[in-house]
Amino acid sequence: MQIPAPFDYVRATTVDNALELLARYGPESRVVAGGHSLLPMMKLRLSRPEWLIDINDLYELDFILRDGNKLRVGALTRHTTLLESEEVAALFPIVRDAEQVIADPVVRNRGTIGGSLCQADPAEDLSTVCDVLAAEAVIRGTGGERILPMAEFHRGPYETAVGPDELLCELRFPVRPRSGSAYEKVERRVGDWAVGAAGAAVFLAEDGTVEDAAVGLTALGLDHPVAEAAGVLRGKRPDEGLFAEAGRAAAAACNPVADQRGPVDYKRHLADELTRRVLRRACARAAAQMQEG
Amino acid sequence: MTVIHDRPSNPAAGDADRPIGYGRIQRKEDPRFVRGKGHYVDDIVLPGMLHGAILRAPVAHARLVSIDTTNALAHPKVVAVITGNDLLGLKLAWAPTLSADVQAVLVTDKVRFQGQEVAFVVAEDRYAARDALELIDVEYDVLPPLVDARKALDPDAPVIRDEIEGRTDNRIFDWEMGDKAATDAVFASADVVVGQEMVYPRVHPAPMETCGAVADFDAVSGKLTLYETTQAPHAHRTLFAIVAGIPEHKIRIVSPDIGGGFGNKVGIYPGYILAVVGSIVTGRPVKWVEDRSENLMSTSFARDYIMQGEIAATKEGKILALRTHVLADHGAFNATAQPTKNPAGFFSIFTGSYDLQAAHCSVTGVYTNKAPGGVAYACSFRVTEAVYLVERMVDVLARKLNMDPAELRLKNFIKPEQFPYANKTGWVYDSGNYEAAMRLSMQLAGYEDLRREQAEKRERGELMGIGVSFFTEVVGAGPRKHFDIVGLGMADGAELRVHPTGKAVVRLSVQSQGQGHETTFAQIVAEELGIPPEDIDIVHGDTDQTPFGLGTYGSRSTPVSGAAVALVARKVREKAKLIAGAMLETRPEDLEWEKGRWFVKGDPSAGKTIAEIAMGAHGTVALPEGVDGNLDAEVTYDPPNLTFPFGAYICVVDVDPGTGQVKVRRFIAVDDCGTRINPMIIEGQVHGGLTDGVGMALMEIIEFDEAGNCLGGSFMDYLIPTAMEVPDWETGFTVTPSPHHPIGAKGIGESATVGSPPAIVNAVVDALAPYGVTHMDMPCTPARVWAAMQGRARPPI
Repeated sequence: MQIPAPFDYVRATTVDNALELLARYGPESRVVAGGHSLLPMMKLRLSRPEWLIDINDLYELDFILRDGNKLRVGALTRHTTLLESEEVAALFPIVRDAEQVIADPVVRNRGTIGGSLCQADPAEDLSTVCDVLAAEAVIRGTGGERILPMAEFHRGPYETAVGPDELLCELRFPVRPRSGSAYEKVERRVGDWAVGAAGAAVFLAEDGTVEDAAVGLTALGLDHPVAEAAGVLRGKRPDEGLFAEAGRAAAAACNPVADQRGPVDYKRHLADELTRRVLRRACARAAAQMQEG
Repeated sequence: MTVIHDRPSNPAAGDADRPIGYGRIQRKEDPRFVRGKGHYVDDIVLPGMLHGAILRAPVAHARLVSIDTTNALAHPKVVAVITGNDLLGLKLAWAPTLSADVQAVLVTDKVRFQGQEVAFVVAEDRYAARDALELIDVEYDVLPPLVDARKALDPDAPVIRDEIEGRTDNRIFDWEMGDKAATDAVFASADVVVGQEMVYPRVHPAPMETCGAVADFDAVSGKLTLYETTQAPHAHRTLFAIVAGIPEHKIRIVSPDIGGGFGNKVGIYPGYILAVVGSIVTGRPVKWVEDRSENLMSTSFARDYIMQGEIAATKEGKILALRTHVLADHGAFNATAQPTKNPAGFFSIFTGSYDLQAAHCSVTGVYTNKAPGGVAYACSFRVTEAVYLVERMVDVLARKLNMDPAELRLKNFIKPEQFPYANKTGWVYDSGNYEAAMRLSMQLAGYEDLRREQAEKRERGELMGIGVSFFTEVVGAGPRKHFDIVGLGMADGAELRVHPTGKAVVRLSVQSQGQGHETTFAQIVAEELGIPPEDIDIVHGDTDQTPFGLGTYGSRSTPVSGAAVALVARKVREKAKLIAGAMLETRPEDLEWEKGRWFVKGDPSAGKTIAEIAMGAHGTVALPEGVDGNLDAEVTYDPPNLTFPFGAYICVVDVDPGTGQVKVRRFIAVDDCGTRINPMIIEGQVHGGLTDGVGMALMEIIEFDEAGNCLGGSFMDYLIPTAMEVPDWETGFTVTPSPHHPIGAKGIGESATVGSPPAIVNAVVDALAPYGVTHMDMPCTPARVWAAMQGRARPPI
């Protein structure tokens, strides 16, 4: 049994109560939802919070709601719920692609989208998904609510814009017509962190050219979408040559580091290869959606 | 004789699903395991029990300057802190290993690997014990580490074992087998010679249950009861008597349910000794259970062999000779579990399943700044390495000769009529019919169709690989005249008592870590005596309750203890015959046996069942002269030879050309372990070993950085396979009984672990043939496969 350093534990009853507890216990407290990243780090004593504030009773944060041209997802929504949601799969197939390769059912039953984003592990899949879908993060503090685009939410590995006395409450995804998205990951084994992964969202114009697109990479040294890839794609008709050009742009833009999962040249190659694959699939899905009308 | 069908179910049982004797019955031990009612070391709670935790070295090589335990001792829940200096006073700072080396129990002079034991805290609970580790202040003077075994013998390499008087280098042993001159002569005149370096990286047995102990020393009686996660309770008792100076009759080792061993639980770890010292010092029971990181970083690893292989053949594909030199990294202490005369275990079985003219191997063992371990761990004493070498070399040769690898093997197998077969390194293979197994495997696989499919896929740029391996295992150590571990012979005892009502108890020295002993051994007695398996209790794992024997590893339980059980049952049967004669007032020689009953020849109605005879023996029947009033017996079985199970494996993989990801699509395993006692248990053993093989071939490796930091210290970093990485196993079997084993059985526990890695790697290399790849080392991770495709295959160490 791996034993964490001593800590205290409290269970929040509402979002307001959670915010009070965060204010009371200060920066040495951590919010726990699924706990599948935080608890192993605590057991290895890499993370030593003094207080754990458990938000698993905040059912008000567990929802998936269509609200006009937005899909609102509560921060406490479990991976399994996202994986199994037909509505999410229809609007954003990238979510199901990613959820299928996030860890294993045990982790997915417990882990949450908010926890994944706030843990901000560089190999975390949903950050890339939220990036390419241009999601917004709804963050609450005792002073009120603020809404941030992903570019401002991310602050680098294990860091986000969520302050020590704040709580990520919701993600909002814009719903757009003629869109398609996809995610693909290479891992050494199911449940291992990604060697590398790529996600893409594509929005087609009525003439079938790319109106807008976003390509994001996971575990490859980028915490924002690959602007160069989007630049390559915009206004062009999707084909293999275009995907290859975007793949090269992604490979050039990424900044991977060598580790046990692979050397830099391989990871750069994956940025290229996986970018092509997810664009191919995302464009096919967008085209299919156009045909369905 | 080889038969390619299952043993017919026992008609005496009247129910094929519940045979009295051999056959497919559910495991007797499973009801308690599937209900969570197993009882493991960590489930043991004794009155007043304290908890221990080990402070481990953060660096790989460092002089110990000072240890200050003041703050830890001031912790309100800490009862004792033990350091190396305390052990020096007790003459327990160093303990003998299973290879006649010594290992530090706690560091006194120098840290020799990261994770080495530095101090032991005993506290009121395990949380306090763990917290107090952070209150111990240790000063280290860091030394340059030796991480790369290839540099261990360099003149300027740091000397790791400088505490051994006169030692000036890191060489542990040089050992060789076979006729070097004859082998070199064959190589010199051969048409074709191919060489290849291949690395079997450091992997870990990683049992689900980590190692642990509860020591309970009774100061009044002087008796030590030690509950341990051990595969070898009797060997441990004797070694504890020698190490700790406690008289052997005052030591009781109990090995309760064990959550997997795979060789990881053969040795005596410092933690076990520290629990004992803790109990002696505090006068209270002390529990120590390591966590996962401790298990991965400090307990016995497996492999770490760098092998230079060479194979010689005629241009027609007749294999003539094999030779190899191995550099073996044993870590900081030579703590391998091995028969005394075999410092490289049974590696000399590297001649495989082929009829060679000559063979020679040499092995150099070296110290490095890594955790100790090496031989007995999930490998039948290094047979895993040997089989990997020969089966990769045969494939390398097939490529060179442009021959089909299955065809090349068929051409070179030892023929059935050549058994018993003396190989060129001193082994006498007991029995085999290799061609039959190979052909069955090819038939189950649809080998020709697979090759056609592969050709079509290659046309389309798809990467499909078909890998073949054929292994000969050597298990069941072993004859006392050849095999001992630190002087203890490798024979096993067995005791059988039939109670008055005909129920029975068998007492055994071997302990199960999940192999199904409670079922298999009951079935052996059932087959011999006709007592239903559910009426036979198996007692094991407690040295106060069981006869002496060396334990469960190297797939030796069925070959050695299984033979002992069959013989003790026959001894009881013969005694029953005498008693039945008295009961039936007939001469014993006029009696005939059918399963479960002695009856008068020619008058089947006049007979006595084993139960009736047992009641007679314990009752008032007037017994013949010299016959005691019981139905008990005991034997100690000294095997005349080892057993040589074998198998033919075929693996089909698909490789993603864009990412290098390997998917094992199919795996066909034909095993021959001689007589099959419980086919379901055999299949379970095979499934487990094949899964292990997928892990080793595709993902498992314990790496170290240049500073000697272990990079595989958690399951986040050290990957073991899940159900998602393995296919539905396709198993088949042939039956070639062992001629010298009482029931013709051979071991099966490690066959699949031994045989599967080369099949998988051969399949990956075969898939990559269009890229000109002729070899790549394990693990075949996506990045490493992709590098091989770029022509940059590199050894992992």
